[in-house]
Amino acid sequence: MKVRRAGGVTATERGRALALIVLLCLLMLAAISAVALGTTTMPFSTIISAIFQYDGSRNHLLVTTIRLPRVIAALLAGSALAVSGAIMQAVTNNPLASPGLLGINAGAAFAVVMAMTFFGTGTSDVYLLYAFLGAGTAALVVFTLGSLGAIGHSPLGLVLAGAIVATFLTSLTTAVLIFDESTLDAVRLWTAGSVTGRTMVQARTVAPALLVGLVAAFLVGRHLTTLSLGADASRTLGQNPIVWRGASVVVVILLAGSAVALAGPIGFVGLVVPHVVRMLVGIDYRWVLPFCALGGALLVVVSDMAGRLVFGSQSFPVGVTVALVGAPFFLYLAHTRLKGAA
Amino acid sequence: MAADCEHKAKISGKHIDLTYGKRRIVETLDLDVPEGRFTALIGPNGSGKSTILRAYAGLMKPSSGSILLDGRDLTDLSTGEVARKVGVLLQGPVAPEGLTVGDLVQQGRYPHRSLFSRWSAADQQACDEALTLTGTMDISDRLLDSLSGGQRQRAWIAMTLAQQGEVLLLDEPTTYLDLEHQIELMNLIKTLVDKHGKTVVAVLHDINQAARYATHIVMLKDGNVIAAGRPDNVISAKTVADVFKVKTLVIRDPVAGTPLCVPL
Repeated sequence: MKVRRAGGVTATERGRALALIVLLCLLMLAAISAVALGTTTMPFSTIISAIFQYDGSRNHLLVTTIRLPRVIAALLAGSALAVSGAIMQAVTNNPLASPGLLGINAGAAFAVVMAMTFFGTGTSDVYLLYAFLGAGTAALVVFTLGSLGAIGHSPLGLVLAGAIVATFLTSLTTAVLIFDESTLDAVRLWTAGSVTGRTMVQARTVAPALLVGLVAAFLVGRHLTTLSLGADASRTLGQNPIVWRGASVVVVILLAGSAVALAGPIGFVGLVVPHVVRMLVGIDYRWVLPFCALGGALLVVVSDMAGRLVFGSQSFPVGVTVALVGAPFFLYLAHTRLKGAA
Repeated sequence: MAADCEHKAKISGKHIDLTYGKRRIVETLDLDVPEGRFTALIGPNGSGKSTILRAYAGLMKPSSGSILLDGRDLTDLSTGEVARKVGVLLQGPVAPEGLTVGDLVQQGRYPHRSLFSRWSAADQQACDEALTLTGTMDISDRLLDSLSGGQRQRAWIAMTLAQQGEVLLLDEPTTYLDLEHQIELMNLIKTLVDKHGKTVVAVLHDINQAARYATHIVMLKDGNVIAAGRPDNVISAKTVADVFKVKTLVIRDPVAGTPLCVPL
């Protein structure tokens, strides 16, 4: 608060804006490195010419069809997962909430497995649509169940309904997979969360929904802070918590649904990035969300690059490396912050 | 039960029934809150005090009857309109980790801002006043988690003051506070009523505290008003025995001159 005046900005706000710009620069640096580094190291000039003066050479082909789509998928999925995780935590007043709690992952997995079993293992572009529809349908069912009756007035209803629907769908998915080994093989990599072999077409397919979700998230940011005070406080401040919870769930469906369709259920990002951000910039969601978008993207891009470079495998799933990179960093931060507070 | 004749009713419950599921807590209750006074709701556990407060805050709809705020039915008002008139502090509010006092008080401006409006000079002034009045200006940068119970309670009250409503509803605001902070808070409420013309309704556990600070007392038992009015008229050995099932001697508080219950 300090010396905040109408229309003006405080020193804290200027610092946050600066930190956001630094984070953006870091992210760009990481993204360019991820395109440049690999079995063949690509100079910056080659990347630029591949994008703007494409000549069909092997290197240009590598940039435009393999590395760039992969990095874009990582950027999109990372930012969407972190932002939707932050929103879920605010909406449910539960610091351990993640988009998976809405049944997003279970719904997407169920839809993808069903599609594979009944329509055969077709092109991955088709799964994108099934995953998004499955995620969205499951989340809507969870929100409707969680808003009914007496439990609907507390966020606990949402958490309970989410756990029930997710468990139910996961059981069905497992049952199908037990009898269908070819589908099991096909979805194994998908369930770990991976951006391997993503195409520009796929990225372009989910990008509109995802970007609309991001803009909407930034617009509802301030209302999330009020919502995070709890349903009673929110209502006595003149907010309709059910309406804003509903709006937030729609944003989460757009974001997490797109992310899971594009990259599978990458865990950890949606849980840990918001925590790290809140430790560093506080609870004001107008700031938390932009930091989450950049931080989540950075984590996934760096993790995927590290997976490729360190393990030397193109198909090493980023869902695994994210946790390997993220967990120690989170522990370090939590440890130093707690020590600082004591 | 009619309120003091000289004060018109700010909030008025007319034959209200309040139910949780199938359990009826309050039945055909009439309860007026006099304008510009400090009303204390007292009664044993389960007498319906908190439920009535929730209903008057618009958090719970009466299953029958109506609650009027300035003569208008609460159900006809939007949550925003209610929030611009009534500030509410419920028991044991929990703020998310990482919230500062200043952040919390700013939330009090929520009902005054349109969907995407910017922070205005009026918003800032309301927050500054609320912080000054509650003596929390110096700690506005501190995290709520790091504060003592008394400071935290004042921060929440500052948030409700930033709403700039004419009414404050407080559910057991002094519970869990030590004596010093209890007195500090009661004096703050008294100032808000006497100097700033607020109408305050507080659920209080301590009869003697209510008698000393409140100007209007409503004594409740099983969802019914047993007595309402000035402390002198409400608190007697008979009403206390009836409501709290405790035999007491009611004497005069040697300092404030208000009724003082001493259990026998």
